[in-house]
Formats: sequence, C-alpha cells, structure tokens
Amino acid sequence: MGNLDIKLKVDASGLSCPLPILRAAQGIKTVASGELIEVVATDAGSVKDFAAWASSTGNALVEQDSANGKFRFVLRRK
Amino acid sequence: MDETISIVLFSGTDDKLQAAAVLTAGAAALGRPVKIFLQYWGLAAFRADQIMADHGLVPEAGAAGRAAVDAAAKAGQAHWADTLRMAKELGEVDIQACSASMDILKLKQSDLDPMVDGVEGVAAFYINAGEGQIVFI
Repeated sequence: MGNLDIKLKVDASGLSCPLPILRAAQGIKTVASGELIEVVATDAGSVKDFAAWASSTGNALVEQDSANGKFRFVLRRK
Repeated sequence: MDETISIVLFSGTDDKLQAAAVLTAGAAALGRPVKIFLQYWGLAAFRADQIMADHGLVPEAGAAGRAAVDAAAKAGQAHWADTLRMAKELGEVDIQACSASMDILKLKQSDLDPMVDGVEGVAAFYINAGEGQIVFI
C-alpha cells in the first residue's frame, strides 16, 4: 500500500448496489491496460461484487481492505 | 453459453422498475448484453412525460415499505431511469417496447423516453433472446 501508481480514484461511497461496480466499470475504461484504479465503496455487498466482477471481466483485484465501514479496492485493467 | 440476459418488464411500480434497473446495470457492468422487453405497465412507466413520476409500490410494501423506499431515495439512491441510462452508456443494453402493448395503451414510439430503442413483437423478442436466460418482472 502507498506505493501503487493509481491512475484514477472513484468514490462510490453512499451508493447502493450495483452502482459501485457500474462506476468501476466506467472508470476502468478510461485508463490503459495494466494501469490501476482505486474504488471506495460503503455498500456491504461490494466485497463479493468486486471479487465476482474482477473474475468475470478479467480485470485483476490487486488489493482490497476495509476500515470504518469503507471498502477499498484496487483494480488493474486487463 | 449465451450470456445475454433478457428481461420481460411487465410491472410498472417503482420498486419493480428499480429491481429491473439493478439487474440490468449489474449485467452491463459484467459485460453481458441485456435485452429489455417492455409490456403493459412496465411500458406505461416509460412514457416520456411520466417516467420520473411516482409510480407507486407493490401492495405488500405497505406503509413501512413506502417509508423505507422514500428514505433510500432521500439518501441519494439513484432513480431507476438514471440507473438504466448509466447501464446503457456503459454496456450493451437494448430496450424494446412490445408492439401489442403499444396498441393497447395507444402509444407511439415518440411518446416514449428516448432510451427505448424500438418496438418489436414477441417473436423478435424470442429470437433475440437466443439461448440466454429470460427473467420476468
């Protein structure tokens, strides 16, 4: 953590399912293959959703953590 | 496996429209094509002059359900129409009006919100659904 070169940060706090993955899907299209985006969400379903979304789309879930009701995901574009 | 999800959207209450929008947006985020076939009250809800109106909730919602839905909207939950528009921008989402329902409700495509892509019959709907799953809401 801290050393990652994040190209785009997406704040999906307060948004309910499925908007966090929708925002992630929109955001990841704006960066090049191999680049990273970070998404922060508060939706409790987002942990399983991001794992499913990453495995289904082939974008890699590089890092994830949670603190104070916020879930953070770092994704690398396929 | 055909990844297309086809949704027959018959119901016209805001809760069911919201459920359809959530299923559509989730599929679009996963890169799966979605085809929505609007019938009866689901179609009526897409009238351009009424799409943002209060379409009510199913009877089982009751007063507590109404309060919960109102609180979610106040907290910033996106309207189903906006969620559908986002899904269309992101993915492959095709929305077709059922021609028989158009006749019954005496609607022309120009009466509908621009996110409705066209009008088709049930045979076209089945052919376009292919071997993919069909969901009825």
